Amino acid sequence: MHKWLLLSLATAITTVSAAEMEVSVEVPRLAVAEYHRPYVAIWIENANGHVADLSVWYDLKLRDREGEKWLKDMRQWWRRSGRALELPIDGLSAATRPVGQHSLRFADDHPALAALVPGDYQLLVEAAREVGGRELVRLPFSWPVTEQVSHQAAGTSELGKIQLNIQP
Amino acid sequence: MLKRLTCWTALAVAVTLPLSAQAHRAWMLPSTTIVSGDSAWVSVDAAISNDLFYFEHHPLVLEGIGQPPERASAAPARPRPANRLLISAPDGSEVAAQNGHVGKYRSVFDVELSQKGTYKLAIAGAPRYFARYKENGEDQRWMGELADAAQAIPATAEDVQISQMESRMEVFITSGNPTDGVFKPTGRGLELQPVTHPNDLFAEETAEFIFLLDGKPAAGVEVNVIPGGIRHRDELNDISVTSDAAGKVAITWPQSGFWWLEAKVVQEDGLEAPLNQRRATYTATLEVMAP
Repeated sequence: MHKWLLLSLATAITTVSAAEMEVSVEVPRLAVAEYHRPYVAIWIENANGHVADLSVWYDLKLRDREGEKWLKDMRQWWRRSGRALELPIDGLSAATRPVGQHSLRFADDHPALAALVPGDYQLLVEAAREVGGRELVRLPFSWPVTEQVSHQAAGTSELGKIQLNIQP
Repeated sequence: MLKRLTCWTALAVAVTLPLSAQAHRAWMLPSTTIVSGDSAWVSVDAAISNDLFYFEHHPLVLEGIGQPPERASAAPARPRPANRLLISAPDGSEVAAQNGHVGKYRSVFDVELSQKGTYKLAIAGAPRYFARYKENGEDQRWMGELADAAQAIPATAEDVQISQMESRMEVFITSGNPTDGVFKPTGRGLELQPVTHPNDLFAEETAEFIFLLDGKPAAGVEVNVIPGGIRHRDELNDISVTSDAAGKVAITWPQSGFWWLEAKVVQEDGLEAPLNQRRATYTATLEVMAP
């Protein structure tokens, strides 16, 4: 029994270390007079709350880091994580993105994935747009997986298709 | 007579500000309570009005902020201490308000948030004393220093009631991560001790606060919260709760927005003569975020 447990643990660790996560986020085309690219935060939670941040897209180029002023508009991410961070952070802070489908790959050595223990999680994607709206999309998933798994969800206003592919 | 009474009421409002005995409400309204990024500023309106949060009646005149309005000559010439705003930074230091202005209906000032953490804007003065009594069958009122009460109220007065009134008005603003330094109680009057941080309030969630009277948990404090935007609806939509033995109240916010909280407690026992009543009030403007 003891040996079996050890073996399965070893398998799990191997599985985790080989895993990869691909997050695909669609920035929808909107028919509005004044359009600004949305701020987007992508992070992972479990039943206890925030687990890890994956990416935050905001205006990095404004003088005096003025783009950080609007990070709070992603109000759930700001509450769960953003307000405790000293931005910019390498590998997390990223520029805003244009309309289209954007794919992000997180390899097994990414700190967010390395920290995941087996269990049930949610991927959260929150978008807030200057002079526009705000939307939060949640995508439940389990970690790790034994075979490739694909989860999908879609926003209705500020976000389009959200897809999560997990490789074992 | 009517005119005199009106003047008196206006004076009482101006002097005692958030006194619940008055129909008017005194409040501060910050441009936001949660800020991100560096070089953060907030702008604050301060006013006395009926409906929340509309500046439509009187400015809340604050010491050192703007040019106080000229008083009508008909107003009684009593000296009155100005309300003093104390802005505390997360590290406990005092911050000066900037760009102060007093308009017809509101005072306005800005606060620069150069530190990360929670700031407190507080208006609280020394206790004020009021008396009501009957003389020759007529109702009379008096306000002044407690030491002068014995001299000011005639020996023949009947039904003398001397009250001590204390009020505190607060607003909390957080830049970055919330901190707790500004919640250290002064130990005087009615104060709020957060269980839930006042800059971490969300609709559909329950917030808990403990009310302290002279630094100790106070049971039986009546707490009323009202959502802003009164003008554009029929119902007040307020929520009333009373603090338990531990001084605690729990409020579940049905909707996001700015809320006005008023807490009051009346004490009639165990007071030193000549006082026979003590009223302590606490008000705060709280921002509840959408989930």
